[in-house]
Amino acid sequence: MKEISELNLPDDVRYTQDHEWARLGGNKVRVGLDDYAQDQLGDIVFVELPQVGDHVKQGEEFATVESVKAVCECYLPVSGEIIVVNTALEESPELVNKSPYGDGWMVEVNPSDLSEMDTLMTNTACLEKLKGAE
Amino acid sequence: MLYLPHTSEDISSMLQVAGVDNLDDLFSTIPEACRLKIELNLPDALTEWELNDHMEALSDSMAVSPEYKVFMGAGSYEHFIPAAVSYLLSRSEFVTSYTPYQPEMSQGTLQAIYEYQTLAARLLGMEIATASHYDGATALAESLLMAIRVTRRKKVAISSLIHPLYRRVIKTYFEPTGYDVIELGYLDNGVTDLAELGKMDDLAAVAVQSPNFFGCIEDLQSVGEKAHDKEALFIASFTEALAYGLFKNPGAQGADIVCGEGQSLGIPRTFGGPALGMLASRKKFMRSLPGRLVGKTKDLDGKRGFVLTLATREQHIRREKATSNICTNNSLCALAAAMYMASVGRTGIKELARLNRDKCQYLKKGLREAGFKIAFDTPTFNEFVVEFPAGFGAIYERLLEKKIVAGIALTPYYPELANHYVLCVTETRSKEEIDALVREVQS
Amino acid sequence: MKETLGTTGLILNEPLLWEKGKKGRCGFSLPRRDVESFPLDKELAGEGPEFPDLSEVDVVRHYTRLSQWNFGVDTGMYPLGSCTMKYSPKTNERQASLTGFAGAHPMLPASLSQGTLKMMFELEQYLAEISGMDATTLQPAAGAHGELAGILLIYAFHKSRGAQRSKIIVPDTAHGTNPASVALCGYRPVPVKSNENGILPVEAIARVMDEETAGIMVTNPNTLGLFEENILEIAEIVHSKGGLVYCDGANMNAVMGIVQMGNIGIDVMHLNLHKTFSTPHGGGGPGSGPVCVNNELEPFLPVPRVVEKNGRYLLSEDYPESIGKVQAFHGNVGVMIKAYSYIRSMGPKGLKRASQLAVLNANYIKERLKGTLHLPYDRPCMHECVFSDEHQVADKVTTLDMAKRLMEYGFHPPTVYFPLVVHGAIMVEPTETESKEDIDQFIEAFEAIADEAKENPHRLHKAPKRCKVRRLDEVAAARKPCLAG
Repeated sequence: MKEISELNLPDDVRYTQDHEWARLGGNKVRVGLDDYAQDQLGDIVFVELPQVGDHVKQGEEFATVESVKAVCECYLPVSGEIIVVNTALEESPELVNKSPYGDGWMVEVNPSDLSEMDTLMTNTACLEKLKGAE
Repeated sequence: MLYLPHTSEDISSMLQVAGVDNLDDLFSTIPEACRLKIELNLPDALTEWELNDHMEALSDSMAVSPEYKVFMGAGSYEHFIPAAVSYLLSRSEFVTSYTPYQPEMSQGTLQAIYEYQTLAARLLGMEIATASHYDGATALAESLLMAIRVTRRKKVAISSLIHPLYRRVIKTYFEPTGYDVIELGYLDNGVTDLAELGKMDDLAAVAVQSPNFFGCIEDLQSVGEKAHDKEALFIASFTEALAYGLFKNPGAQGADIVCGEGQSLGIPRTFGGPALGMLASRKKFMRSLPGRLVGKTKDLDGKRGFVLTLATREQHIRREKATSNICTNNSLCALAAAMYMASVGRTGIKELARLNRDKCQYLKKGLREAGFKIAFDTPTFNEFVVEFPAGFGAIYERLLEKKIVAGIALTPYYPELANHYVLCVTETRSKEEIDALVREVQS
Repeated sequence: MKETLGTTGLILNEPLLWEKGKKGRCGFSLPRRDVESFPLDKELAGEGPEFPDLSEVDVVRHYTRLSQWNFGVDTGMYPLGSCTMKYSPKTNERQASLTGFAGAHPMLPASLSQGTLKMMFELEQYLAEISGMDATTLQPAAGAHGELAGILLIYAFHKSRGAQRSKIIVPDTAHGTNPASVALCGYRPVPVKSNENGILPVEAIARVMDEETAGIMVTNPNTLGLFEENILEIAEIVHSKGGLVYCDGANMNAVMGIVQMGNIGIDVMHLNLHKTFSTPHGGGGPGSGPVCVNNELEPFLPVPRVVEKNGRYLLSEDYPESIGKVQAFHGNVGVMIKAYSYIRSMGPKGLKRASQLAVLNANYIKERLKGTLHLPYDRPCMHECVFSDEHQVADKVTTLDMAKRLMEYGFHPPTVYFPLVVHGAIMVEPTETESKEDIDQFIEAFEAIADEAKENPHRLHKAPKRCKVRRLDEVAAARKPCLAG
């Protein structure tokens, strides 16, 4: 597993306490798992995604990610309607490991309240939190 | 003691290492108030030879073939089991191993179960099958719960011609869940009445057994179509797996989940258990399946090997959100079934199934000619229902004295069917025995 | 160290069943056709399953070779914690295969099945005596099935009192099946942590137990191999709030003839005949999970029940409050016969002795290995002890590496990574049927492995090399599942 200093925590996304990330682009928010979460889980073997059109509130479960011997529930960083899911993960769940902020993204949300983005952590805050927990 | 290898010398040296004076002191962490002060009230130990006598006396009081001619089926069938199957099944590497948690040391069990899953799927016409369940009834109950998970609906419809004891198991499993189980009635020709389905909405599943409890072959194709019209899953259940050696399998007729009892495939009846719960489905439902699954993979050198897989569905990982709580299943029974299916083969199972049907038809014909009424005119496999004249109960009892068990009375399960009996004939009954039954029921 | 058990031997390759055979072969003696052939509607007939056609020799060699890739208790020590892999006496197998038992139809009239009914009736009584409870059902097919039946009984009990409850307390030292069993009955599991001594603190239970809680599921001895010393106080708290105490009796092998659960506040418990009562595990079943209850819960037991009347045995459905049925017929009777034989062969003295020696073996291993392996709870254990890989972490050697290397020494590894309360857990349950010599050899093997961990960790990372296959790619198996050929 990676040391904290080895983690990739880019500054163009915001982070939740549970290690999901959210990236605002236009008026859509793209969501995925951060580097820390994918590293902790290890080789991801399956991603269960929501249905397009589902309405999910901030902090509610929207997906599950499985490794061989663990299941991780993912909580949506901002409330809204799921408008796109990354179907590539059905065939290639390992994308979450290989490219957590790129090809391994999970869903796109039409946010119902953009101000919720402000409740999320910056990469510096996320890093501080991880160091604090060490 | 035979199985306790410790000499008194061993015990004293081991006690010394453990740092206690005697065996009782090993239990010092158990509060005094919790300890039993007297000896268990159990019979004294028997020698191996005394035990043999005792058990033989118990066994001898049971009514079994060849002394008794038992024409009972109803979820437990008498079929020949090749000596090779019983012999191979007793190999202690199979018998005395645990669930294959360490695949490198359990490839025998793992490959054999993978092969079982494959043959079971082929028999039932499905893409995948689980490693095994307890019995046909629990496999059906778990299939219904699975359909509820998949569809996120809370109501299932089941045929009243599903084995009555299976329906009771379903009732028990469903009691605390709050889900509804609706029973579909049956028609005069002994098959499920699907008319009610048209009025039902929000069904998770429609479950029908074929051959059903009356032995009749259901029109699975139309059950499937009606279930799918309602966007419900179609569950085909069975108690006699051998039927699919001859009849169209449920997968070919649109079933989404096929489940039932595999005891016919090389497993002795043993008063109903252990048996073999079989559960197969389309691949798209794989992650909702209850129970163990074996999958194919490769080792570090690229060699083929097998592992327990998709474990994230299971209780030890997903805890209260697991697809089932099942852990120990009936693996050795699945192994017996695989050995049996491998022994009969494609050519053999067809002929064997055909022979079951023909012998059963022969009895049907004999009874009909003797003036008894065959209750339903739908095609059957190796069981059917006959209506005997009123008062047949006394004859039934008299036949027991002649060591003939003339089927199972239906009245306890279907009170409207007085004097109706379900009779079973497999390949183990000879023409003479069938003739004798026809003769005796007329006496 | 003496020569190790593990060695290389000639292991034969064997293809999958359908990769061998030839159309037209048959390994089954087809019975003589003595009746005419009756016509069958073509619409109904199927094509027949795609089974391979094999001769008897093909089948026999196939399974003989497969069996040789397996390791069982008859091969060697199998110290799988929480699984009680004791020796399965061969006389039990003989008894269960007697024609009268093996050939009996489950719906035979009682008058024609006296032998099996008597055996079941007596086994129920023996198990009730061993557990100190009032009544037994033999119907559940396995431990988890027993749990389900037991929780259904608790559900029925509360329902009969007109006030259903919503939660059940499940400690972190319970078996993994417990939360799933609880959830199947619509209850929510409420987790409770064990204390620094590895047992349940009374206060923690007092804090969560309320009148919405149906009861508690304890595993006693627990999965750390420790006796729940506060069980009397805990039971009192649960009872005072109208709850029931369920005991997962998977670890009963530690306390036969030493503790009767009925005397320490347990209301309902299951036993695993395939653990404590020596029936073989069959590579994953069939097992048998009888449930024993006290008088209060007896009316709810599954039906039919075996009853005795003037020396004759009957099956009775006359229990209106019964939860119904959990299996189509009477449970795994074949397994019951083996457990019955075991109890009759051991007698009361033998059973107690078995528990004493099981506990002796575990404590002996605990004392001898505790320097080599980290022992997180250093106190007298019951029938099993739990170590961890903490001493090996610095050498980048894990529990898994040691487990895999142990195979090459000729032992089945202990249970690993369970219980979850111990990080990198190594859970050793030797059982009473292992001799001191075999245990010494096991200890020496672990000591040698711990040395290797320091000197040649690479060797452990690469282990095993002597088995039929090397470490398998479980990630690939789960990503692209191939469940049938």
